[in-house]
Amino acid sequence: MTLFVASLLIFAGTEWLPGDLASAILQNNATPSNLAALRAQLGLDRPIAQRYLEWLNHALHFDFGTSLANGQVVIAEVAPRLENTLFLAAYAAIIAVPLAVGLGLLAAIWQGSFLDRIINLLTLTVISVPEYFLAYILIHYLTVSLGWFPSLANVNTVTTLAQRLYLTFLPMLTLVMVITAHMMRMTRASILSIMASPYIEMAYLKGLPTWRIVIAHALPNALGPIVNVIAINLAYLIVGVVLVENVFVYPGLGQLMVDAVTKHDVPVVQACGLIFAVAFILLNLVADVVAIISNPRLRYRAA
Amino acid sequence: MHGIKNSTLDMRGPALSRRGFLGGSAVLASGLIVPQSALAADEPVKGGNLRLGLGGGSTTDSIKPGSYNDSAMISVAHALFNGLVEWDADGKISPELALDWQPKDSAKTWIVSLRKGIPFSNGKTFDADDAIYSINMHRGKDSKSGAVGALKEITDVKKIDANTLEFTLDSPDADFPYVLTDFNVLMVPNGHTDWANPIGTGAFVLEKFTPGVSISMKATGHYWKPGRGHVDHVDITIINDATARLNALISGQVDAINRVEPQAVALLEKAPNLKIVRAPGGWHAVMAMEIDKAPYDNPNLRLALKYAVDREQILKSLFSGYGTLGNDHPIPRSDPYFNTELAQRPHDPDKAKFYFKKAGLTDPAITLQVSDAAFNGAVNMGTLFQASTGNAGIKVNIKKEPADGFWSNVWLKGPFVASYWGGRAAATQMFTSAYKSKANWNETHWDNPKFDGLLAMAQATTDEAKRKTYLWDMQSMLSNEGGAVIPVFRDWLDGSSKKVGGHTPHGGYDMDNGMICEKAWLRA
Repeated sequence: MTLFVASLLIFAGTEWLPGDLASAILQNNATPSNLAALRAQLGLDRPIAQRYLEWLNHALHFDFGTSLANGQVVIAEVAPRLENTLFLAAYAAIIAVPLAVGLGLLAAIWQGSFLDRIINLLTLTVISVPEYFLAYILIHYLTVSLGWFPSLANVNTVTTLAQRLYLTFLPMLTLVMVITAHMMRMTRASILSIMASPYIEMAYLKGLPTWRIVIAHALPNALGPIVNVIAINLAYLIVGVVLVENVFVYPGLGQLMVDAVTKHDVPVVQACGLIFAVAFILLNLVADVVAIISNPRLRYRAA
Repeated sequence: MHGIKNSTLDMRGPALSRRGFLGGSAVLASGLIVPQSALAADEPVKGGNLRLGLGGGSTTDSIKPGSYNDSAMISVAHALFNGLVEWDADGKISPELALDWQPKDSAKTWIVSLRKGIPFSNGKTFDADDAIYSINMHRGKDSKSGAVGALKEITDVKKIDANTLEFTLDSPDADFPYVLTDFNVLMVPNGHTDWANPIGTGAFVLEKFTPGVSISMKATGHYWKPGRGHVDHVDITIINDATARLNALISGQVDAINRVEPQAVALLEKAPNLKIVRAPGGWHAVMAMEIDKAPYDNPNLRLALKYAVDREQILKSLFSGYGTLGNDHPIPRSDPYFNTELAQRPHDPDKAKFYFKKAGLTDPAITLQVSDAAFNGAVNMGTLFQASTGNAGIKVNIKKEPADGFWSNVWLKGPFVASYWGGRAAATQMFTSAYKSKANWNETHWDNPKFDGLLAMAQATTDEAKRKTYLWDMQSMLSNEGGAVIPVFRDWLDGSSKKVGGHTPHGGYDMDNGMICEKAWLRA
């Protein structure tokens, strides 16, 4: 249902864009005659409703049609980009999620300590800086000054895994910094809010050490909100990294979509939009399921 | 702003002939570029992988001739294909796949003889049928080609023998060979339609093409053009972000980039292993008034705006001085027919006030439509224009249009719109494209029988003295009466590593007018 509404919005949104593909392609080379010829060839002269239904039907069968701009099959164009996006997202997530939860726990255990303050200061700084700026800072130090990592993440199909990990190191690092900060702060806050509850006090009175209380007693109860914020950040890794892709010239889905929007290549925009919607919905679904499993109250109510 | 005494802004320098243009540009750019003579002194080296980082590429790019409208594909196309006539870096033209051209019927008919024995990458030899197919790809009612306007004057192209063509034009055009330098008009085998597997006579063949991401090409190893085609392999990465492009060059991940931001030139020059390749060219910014619509139909108002605009300020703040002042006509200083006696119109608020008063309009409601879709900086140009006209007591509103749909909804539709023009190889081409009364892209609605007449006469004669008189008159007509405020001409700014040789400044387009792949070599 959500997906259907999303599909409708995506289609309507792309239809309402000012201007059309034909004039976007030809730019100031356009003349009335070559414009009309291109429009007819692209089928832009048919009614909207008809085009929506056809598109929906095809999309259900994973057929997003052919790109209006260059005649390539949309799936063939989107698939390698999606692969790149997922690769970078996984690369960043594998490092960021354990790091964030770990740091969050440490900060919660030693709340108010020097370590806690340092972590807080760093994460707040990172959150307050736009991600592309962070990316430029990393490039300045790690590429231009030190020459350790490349600023161009120009991977292709023949890049080996090792090369790929090396080429995408800086974009990965940028993303890790951005999402770690967010997830870590949420972990710390959830743990601390649980730490204020009576049963934790009870645990303290029983003489348990803080680390044990945090890990064994507080964490399971704080898992719901933590998993939720992780899901949101993972979704961001897939749908929201276009700025980072742009800075590092990484051929991901975000760049493809922006490119397609500027050229009014509607089938490509729609395919990207749907993929983003699916990713978002799936991740949230997973987060909800995990939250339910981790919380006995929700589990029993559901049963 | 009157006090700028920067050599790059000084308009009183000697006129540049096309021949003197290279030397002149080196003087203008004193200390800014590595003198090309020093580079030319060393011999081209064979081999190596040339890595380019190019802005101006998109996932919608195609290899089909006629579809090119930006830098990346222009460079790719000129590596794979050849044209009939080449536009040289010194502004002249020379034979490419054509060997020779002769006008007949006072330049209404052209006999073009073709080079013999040039092989395509599939082994077939280039002949007249291939040339006719390649020309006709851009012609006709259903043509989607970007060259359709340029080739409009061709009414027929016929084969005389296997290596000779006859072009018939709708009216005489002494500059017809210049038309054949159009970057979309390239030679492909007769009947070829499979653009994923292009076949050309160029120095390279396509290896891998991922639109908007990367292009790799390898040398054929037996290029027919002497002194060209040095590197073994070319890797092009599309980098549309200007900062990312610069980073890639500075950190040595690419050997050359196009479109260096003027503000970044100083930074780039500090790097010991990099150089700027600077080419004064025909690219100019335009603020176009439709002169048949009120209030722009008032010639005094047009003059008032032309005196009010502060050209030096625009040149300095938008392009850091990397360009030259415009004089409200589209012909650049590098053109041999640039009118050197036409005085540069100064920024003169008093004269602007005088003409504005003379126009006698109480509230003319002037609104300039701007968008960075036209060119990066167009919105800022509008703001500067608003400020300087304000100083002359003329109120101008700036309307910022969305980048999306600018070319279809605003350009050629609004009465006063900021846009740009790329250069043309010949002055007559520029006038034909945008100022002839029936031109498709006549954005100022300039409709002047005397001007059209002068254009026709200039195209009909090969007498240099006469052509000069006609073309000079046309420039002063546009400058004094036309609807275009042309404040500045911008230089092309490429950046490359000092190990790249043969990367020559070319006024036509960035990256050596797209010829970088076959002209560059890599020092060991």
